[in-house]
Amino acid sequence: MDELRVSGLDGADVKAGYDAQQYIVIKLGHEQYGIDIKFIDNIVRMQHITRVPMVADYLKGVINLRGEVIPVMSLRIKMGLPADEMTKATRIIILKLEQHGTIGIIVDEVREVVTLSPSQIERAAYDGKEDKTSFIMGIGKHENELISLLDLNAVALEK
Amino acid sequence: MDVNQYLEIFLDETKEHLESLNTQILNLEQEPEDTDTINEIFRAAHSLKGMAGTMGYKRMQTLTHDMENVFSEIRNGTMKVNSNLIDTLFQCLDALEEYTNNIQETADEGTNDNQQLINQLNEYLNASKNGGEAPAKAPAPAAEEKNEVPEEGAAEEKWKTINVGESEQVVLEAAKSQGKNIFGISVYIQENCLLKAARAFQVYKEIEERSEVIVCNPPVQDIEDEKFDLDFSLIVIADCELDEILKSAGNVSEIEKVVGAVYEVEVSEAKEEAETTAVATQEEKKSAKTPAKTQNAPAKANEKKTAGKPVANRTVRVDIEKLDVLMNLVSELIIAKNSMVADSRGEGGSGFREHIEYLESVTTNLHESVMKVRMVPIESVVSKFPRMIRDLSKKLNKKMELYMSGEETELDRTVVDEIGDPLMHLLRNAADHGLESGELRIKRGKPEVGSIFLNAYQDGNNVVIEVKDDGNGIDVESVKNKAIERGVITADQALGMSEKDIINLLFHAGFSTAKTISDVSGRGVGLDVVKSKIESLSGEVEVKSSLEEGSTWTIRLPLTLAIIQALMVTVGGEKYAISLGSIQTIEDISPDDVKLVENREVINLRGSVIPIIRLSRELDIESSKAPDENIMVVIVKKGERYAGLVVDELIGQQEIVIKSLGKYISKCRIISGATILGDGEVALILDANALI
Repeated sequence: MDELRVSGLDGADVKAGYDAQQYIVIKLGHEQYGIDIKFIDNIVRMQHITRVPMVADYLKGVINLRGEVIPVMSLRIKMGLPADEMTKATRIIILKLEQHGTIGIIVDEVREVVTLSPSQIERAAYDGKEDKTSFIMGIGKHENELISLLDLNAVALEK
Repeated sequence: MDVNQYLEIFLDETKEHLESLNTQILNLEQEPEDTDTINEIFRAAHSLKGMAGTMGYKRMQTLTHDMENVFSEIRNGTMKVNSNLIDTLFQCLDALEEYTNNIQETADEGTNDNQQLINQLNEYLNASKNGGEAPAKAPAPAAEEKNEVPEEGAAEEKWKTINVGESEQVVLEAAKSQGKNIFGISVYIQENCLLKAARAFQVYKEIEERSEVIVCNPPVQDIEDEKFDLDFSLIVIADCELDEILKSAGNVSEIEKVVGAVYEVEVSEAKEEAETTAVATQEEKKSAKTPAKTQNAPAKANEKKTAGKPVANRTVRVDIEKLDVLMNLVSELIIAKNSMVADSRGEGGSGFREHIEYLESVTTNLHESVMKVRMVPIESVVSKFPRMIRDLSKKLNKKMELYMSGEETELDRTVVDEIGDPLMHLLRNAADHGLESGELRIKRGKPEVGSIFLNAYQDGNNVVIEVKDDGNGIDVESVKNKAIERGVITADQALGMSEKDIINLLFHAGFSTAKTISDVSGRGVGLDVVKSKIESLSGEVEVKSSLEEGSTWTIRLPLTLAIIQALMVTVGGEKYAISLGSIQTIEDISPDDVKLVENREVINLRGSVIPIIRLSRELDIESSKAPDENIMVVIVKKGERYAGLVVDELIGQQEIVIKSLGKYISKCRIISGATILGDGEVALILDANALI
């Protein structure tokens, strides 16, 4: 896997370090998204996905992760983006969620791990009109870049 | 104290104790004089009380405490066991079980005080004290009993009214068993005393020099702050004599008098228990040391399914030997891996095959032992049945006896959990419908007491459980008439049916031959539920019967559910597995033979018309076969119905390990699970039952 760069936590943030959370930054289309690291069980390369018939279109099927059968969903389709294009950088992030159990999500690329303190995060203003906002729980500001922090429970929720 | 971490252990052990109590109390009814049984009961009840107390479940503790009192009387021979008493005790066990279930679900015992049961127990206690008469009237509850104590004794001996806490009680019991003297002392200070706190403190000091003060009423702090009247009381443990303490305390000036006597441990409880204290304390010590060892019945957690998330998880108790075997195999696995690593570094190649073979044998063994770890004896399920039969016997007013064998037979944990209800249905059926009334049995020359047998044994890869009775058997004629009456079959159909077919009608939904609907059985839901339950566990149930001699119900279950034989097929390039259990035959059919009946595709197979289901359509995929090619049809059976599943190609038969798809994809009805193939790919398992 590509090397992950751990950054953030400059001097000013050390005090807030206790509240700071680590996020894995992924790329989806042209945007960057952050996933809270405490929900991430594993990151695996793209592999053969066995299709499961008669389920929602964003559910791509199931994979075998060391003897466990794990459902995989396409984050792109779920978020209304064009369907995934499998490249060398495509990864499946295995999430362990309390309510939904273990699921995998397909992302275009895994970039780095960042540490964000609460002061760097801006809570998303809920906009009922746009569908996509409901998957975002906040925007993280990191080195002049904006990272949309995913609300994983909303992502996993069936609709 | 945060006791949550102990909750699981508490639940496990409580269930174990309750199970053991159930069994032992049944034994007690049979052999009221058996000291071993009584001791065992006493130990279990005492551990229960202790555990409930530690965890802070007061209601549970109170109830067990009173039960313990009763057991103590029985042990001393001052109380006789009779059927009414046993009934009450069983009700108590039910109440305790209710508490346990509440605790399991909500971590709280609930609010039911079960005061009625406690009163009943106390009635028995009082009755035995008054000469063993039946406890018809005169029910003096324990509370009154306690209050009498100080009135009877000298009014001065106020130490008798001290409430002894749980921890103090333990200390006192320990001291008692070590042969130390325990005294209760009350000190009275003169009315005109100026500095009563100082005087009291002096007395306290004097007493403390010669003994160990366990309880002080009012508390020492209050005495020092002068927050007391003219007297205070103590309970002390001392090596010296009482007189010595009294004298030294009395020597303090401005003290009116000091009274004291030997303190009976547990005197604060119902009075009669004081007599048994000596024995009880010894017993308590013993049971405190080995609370777990006295039981060997495996714990069975979480029998009841609830909507909410239970507080405690399900557990399996595993024999340490099985774990050792597992550990050994894992270390072998590591060795195998290491030798392969070593090989891959060096030249390699030569030993590779050997390593693979070694690895193969290790993994096979590993698989076997892990399966064994999942196996639990069916004892945990069947052990409640003797009690149930006893209750039924009373309710139905029929005499019957349950004989069990093979309780040690092991089954997969998941199967054991599910098998309880079907077995209960069958036993109830045997008791209610199977066995005749006492008079009829005598008339037929059978012993008045009916027998029900529950036998379990292993047969190859299956476990067989038989429920047998020596009752009336199944009246085929009456079943047939009923079936015609209910419209299950027509009279014409009935003519062509064999005896066996007719008996099998019993498993039909909504069928009950009982003339009256009883509380026990007869709602006509029993047998078809039994059948579908057993079938959902990939098992079979069949019945043999001969009129007036009895019937035998045989349940056949696979040893484990995790591995099944399956037929691998492809549909549109995807691999699917179909459980071999439901497959009848496989046919190669020409497309011309597919006919349309009521717009549904059917085939005529050797005289019977079978609907066909095109899997490619069900699975939402393009078939890889051209429409004019012959089609491959897998004929599956569900109950009495057949269907043909059209597949593209057959791969072959294979043993597969069933994996759950997880709750996230559980909505897909026709897929019952998934399996991982040799190449690591996932293949889905088709649920033929859901397709038909």
